[in-house]
Amino acid sequence: MEVINFEELFESKLAKNDIIEPKDWMPDNYRKHLIRQISQHAHSEIVGMLPEGNWITRAPSLRAKLVLLAKVQDEGGHGLYLYTAAESLGTSRDEMLDALLTGKAKYSSIFNYPTLTWADVGAVGWLVDGAAIMNQVMLQRTSYGPYARAMVRICKEESFHQRQGYELMTHLAFGTPAQKEMAQDALNRWWFPTLMMFGPPDIESPNSENALKWRIKRETNDELRQRFVNQTMPQIEYLGLTVPDKNLKWNEAKNGFDFSEPDWTEFKAVIKGNGPCNKERLASRNKSHSEGAWVREAATAYAKKQNENYEAA
Amino acid sequence: MSKDSQGPMWEVFVQKKAGQPFVHCGNLHAYDKEMALQNARDLYTRRGEGMALWVVPSSAIVSSSPEDMGSFFEPSNDKIYRHPTFYQIPDGVGHM
Repeated sequence: MEVINFEELFESKLAKNDIIEPKDWMPDNYRKHLIRQISQHAHSEIVGMLPEGNWITRAPSLRAKLVLLAKVQDEGGHGLYLYTAAESLGTSRDEMLDALLTGKAKYSSIFNYPTLTWADVGAVGWLVDGAAIMNQVMLQRTSYGPYARAMVRICKEESFHQRQGYELMTHLAFGTPAQKEMAQDALNRWWFPTLMMFGPPDIESPNSENALKWRIKRETNDELRQRFVNQTMPQIEYLGLTVPDKNLKWNEAKNGFDFSEPDWTEFKAVIKGNGPCNKERLASRNKSHSEGAWVREAATAYAKKQNENYEAA
Repeated sequence: MSKDSQGPMWEVFVQKKAGQPFVHCGNLHAYDKEMALQNARDLYTRRGEGMALWVVPSSAIVSSSPEDMGSFFEPSNDKIYRHPTFYQIPDGVGHM
């Protein structure tokens, strides 16, 4: 009988760029890393509904309201795709939700910043979703099948998110002086938190080494951050806005922009729970979860009754 | 930990256009058949991705296991005579 060395098989699949599927053997640490990353990603989508949801009732036109509703609904859908991808690794939805609601699980620190003005809705779509897309395009080729497939669907939908955000910014940037000022203020506040989304610098990134080795990630935090800045600068120039970074300048030698690092002390503080909105976000999630409890109970009871009727018939 | 249940898992299959096969597109939680179908519509067909849906309880899916892959599919590996290219057809008889 042939003896299979599962670890070798796993390594050889990765070396060939093959995809790992739920029933394949995988090292425990690979599984743990994925559960952590995918569930945090899912939580980010769900918590990410809150800053923009804040503006649905105050959207300045019916068109704007429809767009924002559709976008926030998409984010909820993305969370659901990701939760089931994580569940395929052996964790449960209840476990993940519990970790989120008790504050044990992390989510993207960007969603702990407030959306103070209507321009923030534009800045979030354009910059935050733009940065997320950069990461998610890479993750379409991640080594775990269900995660990669969720990413393909998500990337298709995110493109609308970024474009609607930029369109909103163009209206403001080419509007009245007060509107332009509002757009500039949003850019000033969102620029550095957006750069933080790619994670700590490569030299200090604790999870990067394994993620790259296992082909969960295919590019480093710094590479993605640099690409984001290069891609976004022409969009900022078109709007006639300025980046709140006096070190930002074109560097011919590296064929890219030089720019200042975000304040990593602030990043760590926000992750630890001390950002402007951490408590509010967690309270909102807990409130809607507990207020939805009766719906889950009723649905469970109804399904049970349906099954009983079916068995009796 | 909360004892909330999110309902059982369902697998979702979408038919893009009439005449095409149903293709697996993902999964979701729902408490009953009706809700599974409505959730599938809201989650997987928000942009005209399909015109028909199947939802199946995940527990009803039976699958082969990767460890058995070799032996399970082995019976077909040595039967090259099942492929059209195994046969010699003379030139001049046209496309077959």
